[in-house]
Amino acid sequence: MNVQADAVRTLSYAEALREAMDIALGADQRVVLIGEDIGIYGGAFQVTGDLVEKYGEDRVMDMPISELGGAGVAVGAAMTGLRPIFEFQFSDFATLAMEQIVNQAAKVRYMLGGAVSVPLVMRFPAGSGTGAAAQHSQSLEAWFGHVPGLKVVQPATPEDAKGLLLAALEDPDPVMIFEHKLLYKTRGPVPEGAYLTPIGKASLRREGRDLTIVATAIMVQKALEAAEVLAGEGVDAEVIDLRTIRPIDRETVLESVRKTGRLLCVYEAVKTLGIGAEISAMVAESDAFDFLDAPIVRLGGAECPIPYNPDLERAAVPQVADIIAGATDLAQGRT
Amino acid sequence: MPDTAAENIPFAVRTYSAEALSEAFRKMLLIRKFEEGAEACYTRGQIHGTMHLSIGQEASAVGACMGLSDADKITSTHRGHGHCIAKGADVARMFAEFFGKETGYCKGRGGSMHIADVAKGNLGANGIVGGGLPIAVGAALAAKRLCTGAVTMCFFGDGANNEGAFHEALNMASVWALPVVFVCENNRYGMSNAVEKSTAVASIADRAPAYSMPGTSVDGNDFSAVAEAVEAAVSSARAGEGPSLVELVTYRWRGHSKSDRNRYRSKEEIAEWMAKDPLAGMSAMLLEHGILSEGDMAEISASVEREIEDAIEYARHSAGPEQAEITRYVYTDLAS
Repeated sequence: MNVQADAVRTLSYAEALREAMDIALGADQRVVLIGEDIGIYGGAFQVTGDLVEKYGEDRVMDMPISELGGAGVAVGAAMTGLRPIFEFQFSDFATLAMEQIVNQAAKVRYMLGGAVSVPLVMRFPAGSGTGAAAQHSQSLEAWFGHVPGLKVVQPATPEDAKGLLLAALEDPDPVMIFEHKLLYKTRGPVPEGAYLTPIGKASLRREGRDLTIVATAIMVQKALEAAEVLAGEGVDAEVIDLRTIRPIDRETVLESVRKTGRLLCVYEAVKTLGIGAEISAMVAESDAFDFLDAPIVRLGGAECPIPYNPDLERAAVPQVADIIAGATDLAQGRT
Repeated sequence: MPDTAAENIPFAVRTYSAEALSEAFRKMLLIRKFEEGAEACYTRGQIHGTMHLSIGQEASAVGACMGLSDADKITSTHRGHGHCIAKGADVARMFAEFFGKETGYCKGRGGSMHIADVAKGNLGANGIVGGGLPIAVGAALAAKRLCTGAVTMCFFGDGANNEGAFHEALNMASVWALPVVFVCENNRYGMSNAVEKSTAVASIADRAPAYSMPGTSVDGNDFSAVAEAVEAAVSSARAGEGPSLVELVTYRWRGHSKSDRNRYRSKEEIAEWMAKDPLAGMSAMLLEHGILSEGDMAEISASVEREIEDAIEYARHSAGPEQAEITRYVYTDLAS
């Protein structure tokens, strides 16, 4: 995978992920895709698409509806020489496989004193907005971020989706990729060929002076949209796309807060005990705390399962208007 | 005309060299003495935590591994010391792990429940009942895709046969015709719950037809019977004929772990099974067929005792891990 990235063209987020897998399957015989309906069906969200036609059923493996067993197969295969990319049909279904992810994949290297590595990539279609209600719409990434041994990324753009997937494959340890389902059809520039987006490095998406918005996944797009509106109202928001929630890029966040003195965390997962709490505590425990001009504000998901009714569903997670309102209050002083 | 004399000779004696049988006897004894030594160290307060002893199950572990090479993989269980030794581990490094030392197989990070010599093909003992089953299927998938010719042997207990992971693993192994052998050591109890109370089939091997694979059940205390049944399953896996399930009916003499008060079984039952000591059976077979003499066995026994004493000394005198290295091995250190 040493092809130099050159020309830039536009792809959807799903196409970018597929291109990353296509490159990996073509370059490395050890790479296999394992998941439910990822073959002839092309994946529930058409991410694997027609890869099975190109690489065959031995490389793009449809598995039985056995999330726990399938995840364990991926762990065992990764420990013994393959480079599996495991797709959960919905991130919610990972609840059936937590044993293998949390007790095995994350810990086996440590428990065995470094004698093995688990170079495993898992993909999790996550988030709400599809009308699929409470068991197909969750944002559980913080659960995984709480487990030493795992790395957890949340690409927000097609370019990062491809680059982080290829970086995950290069990584010797288990990397969990949370893909917001509403991002799959979003389009953006994606370099040709293989390139790596660094795991553990946030991206400064918009520079600003008045406040820092730290956002994850689809909230990055919403924050950028909000920032444009805010700019018209005289509020200059800086937007950081966290990209990786484990390990967190501390310095990019702290540096921004030192500059703006105001922090707004925006994420779709349930607000309590989530990534916003971690970012807030990180700032509170650091010298950046001295630079704060106002209390930190978190915008997260409501304290309820994702509801079915479309109005309720929208109300359950931060929307652009919420970010504008939150940022405006925050920029105006102590909230 | 069938040679009835030959038929009366046990499979193991017909099949293995005297050296291999002598080594199998030595390993069985080494497992017994390792665990007795570990128990004594625990009682003296030299080892903390807990441990799950497999005393009484030595024929299962050693017999099952007879057809494996270092290239073949195993997944093991919380009661895994025997598997580890059967697959070729060094008891000094095992004791060092027990003692939490840096010289241990897991550098003191894993302890009794995770001891494994990965270089010998042991992918790890496991603290989660059924945790190793899907992992074994994954290792078999890798072996098939990478054409290594290796077989994966998955050890698990009767308790695991009621975990969803067991059923998912057997189904996938069968659907994909993978080179894996599922070896159930049925020691009659999942902690305190008897198989009769926990399991809807009379024999764990009866689970096999549901997954279209051969299932056999043998006396797990009979080294030769174990070796014969498991060798057949290993050969079939190696020949590309897919997975098998072998049940080894055995018994653990000690409690589930160090907190067990043995309230769920009687002294008579334990005594009955102790009378079926797999080591005694192995000794009798080797004596009867002239493989080893009483003197040979005494010599092996003395050497095993010395090996255990030396191993404990090595462990006691090894250094522990540095506290500054508490997070080492969480992730792969790309710099090293």
